[in-house]
Amino acid sequence: MSEMTYRDALNLALKEEMRRDPSVVTWGEDVALYEGSFKVTRGLLAEFGEERVKDTPISENTIVGVSIGAAMGGLRPVAELMTVNFALLAMDQIVNHMAKIRSMFGGQTRLPMVVRAPGGGGSQLGAQHSQSLETYFMHCPGIHVAVPATPADARGLLKASIRDNNPVMFLEHELLYNSKGEVPDDTESLVPLGKAEVKREGKDVTIVAYSRMTILALQAAAELEKEGISCEVVDLRTLSPLDTETFIASVNKTGRAVVVEECWRAAGLGGHLASIIAEECFDRLLAPVRRVSGLDVPMPYSRKIEKLCIPQVETIAAAVRDVMSQKY
Amino acid sequence: MPESILATFTVKRLEIIAPDGTADESLVPDLSGDELRRIYYLLLLTRAFDGRALALQREGRIGTYPSVLGQEAAQVGSAFAIHERDWVFPSFREMGAHLTLGYPLHQLYQYWGGDERGLRTPDGMNIFPICVSVGTHIPHAAGAALAAKLRGDRIAVIAYFGDGGTSKGDFHEGFNLAGVMGLPTVFICQNNQWAISVPLSAQTASRSLAQKAVAYGFDGIQVDGNDVLAVYRATREALEKARGGGGPTFIECLTYRMSDHTTSDDASRYRSPEETEQWRERDPILRYERFLAKRGLWNEDYAAEMKGKAGGEIDEAVRRYESVPPPAPGEMFDFVSGELSARQQRQREEASP
Repeated sequence: MSEMTYRDALNLALKEEMRRDPSVVTWGEDVALYEGSFKVTRGLLAEFGEERVKDTPISENTIVGVSIGAAMGGLRPVAELMTVNFALLAMDQIVNHMAKIRSMFGGQTRLPMVVRAPGGGGSQLGAQHSQSLETYFMHCPGIHVAVPATPADARGLLKASIRDNNPVMFLEHELLYNSKGEVPDDTESLVPLGKAEVKREGKDVTIVAYSRMTILALQAAAELEKEGISCEVVDLRTLSPLDTETFIASVNKTGRAVVVEECWRAAGLGGHLASIIAEECFDRLLAPVRRVSGLDVPMPYSRKIEKLCIPQVETIAAAVRDVMSQKY
Repeated sequence: MPESILATFTVKRLEIIAPDGTADESLVPDLSGDELRRIYYLLLLTRAFDGRALALQREGRIGTYPSVLGQEAAQVGSAFAIHERDWVFPSFREMGAHLTLGYPLHQLYQYWGGDERGLRTPDGMNIFPICVSVGTHIPHAAGAALAAKLRGDRIAVIAYFGDGGTSKGDFHEGFNLAGVMGLPTVFICQNNQWAISVPLSAQTASRSLAQKAVAYGFDGIQVDGNDVLAVYRATREALEKARGGGGPTFIECLTYRMSDHTTSDDASRYRSPEETEQWRERDPILRYERFLAKRGLWNEDYAAEMKGKAGGEIDEAVRRYESVPPPAPGEMFDFVSGELSARQQRQREEASP
């Protein structure tokens, strides 16, 4: 194991996969010479050259569209969208083409491509650059959605996504890039798409989370332990395919569930998770499922009130206390 | 400092056969008599395919269908220049290109009959499935060309689209990227002058569509889209340039949509019969027949024989199409993603009788 940042883990995954397979290429805005807005592509141009590491014009729809054509043409492109907010410009290619081509074309073509997109709020970047759009992609069949929380998962999931023959939206959290964690040294250590992980075992309540929310949930669990509340934290790791078994088993064990989503609450993925828990764990539930969500407002620019719009350790802990205080 | 001229540009237009069938011999491509006659047969086959499709639609035997009437030369002429190893990204109104490239006719009817399995391209044929979304396959073609370039594969990638498609962001973005990266692409616009009810004048203020290529740093040419040899010549040159590393070319085939946009449309509501009548005089097949006759390659008997042959081929295609059983409900889950989720598995079981 080696300690490294989430950013370096992603960078390592890209380098390892590009060394392993010459058909892996990467392109996007400022990814080559500038090495990416968040420096995830650092050193790639120097090592792999401009044939495989390309700067593109500012054309998000075409960055995805070209990746689709290149994937059908035998490459394994890893496209970087500077932020997930710009994926909105590429939604036609993502939803109408990337997600559907394999199915509409009767499986004639594989579509081995990854669209990497940093996102999430909390960096004081204003309403248009602080969004959590994971539900948008999760809603659409035909797209895998990866949402790693730790450096080990970031590397393992990115490697698995690059090797997968289906398109993957790979959503990185901007506030996690500098976070550190242990990463296995084995270059074949992959994290499969569609497998959640119990990041902390507990017996009283299950917290279901993903991406940065997993980190906050773990911090909340550590706080709550001091109050005698034992939390189990399930990190979804991918939203599509969604591993329902792991959190259903956990909720059946604990009898209580809090689901945490960074996105807006209206039609957010937390509602989907809560409905699955209601359907599958109803007899075992000791309290209603609680959702912790982003507030339903465009993200404020002001740092002080921006914080209020995003779930925090304290709001997650408060939700857990609420669920625990139900009388039976 | 005085103002200076930064750039001037010219846009070429190519015509080879005049409406009376006379040709500029210096421009007639070096095709054998058999090849010239093969082109004629493909034009007839396209028209026969199209006519039958309209009849089948009226009888409820296929769904909504976009006629290619009047655009046969633009489609057959361009596709006749394409090599087997080149890759083609068609839009939805290129059935003449499909059948020139040897795509099974019954599968085209099958697709327009509402069965996506008709889009399963036979092995060894590099034709991507029909793209109904306007212009969205232009970036895909650029991506496939980029893949070919990185693989060192000396092929060309062709994307077909219409005049309406040139207003899409995909057109701008795809053209720009192809120009910047010098990709081996040939963009073929069938400018039939109508995007449903919107005439070309409301689509662009450009004097031609071809000149749009200039701003992206590559060549654009307008050809008479009803002159099958002009289309063939321009396409062949562009393909050779692309395969040789010379970058993209944009070919505007100026033609006319003689029919409605689709069978769900009634063009008489927005354009005059006089305009359509004017274009009837410039019918691409009539012109080519006059050209062939002057070379001793065509007479009425030959035409009748070829029309009979095309009709027979169409009959057989319709028979084959109508003998294909409909897909089973469970098939809609095939290829949605690598592995079906438990929920999708359940949905699949519920959908299957």
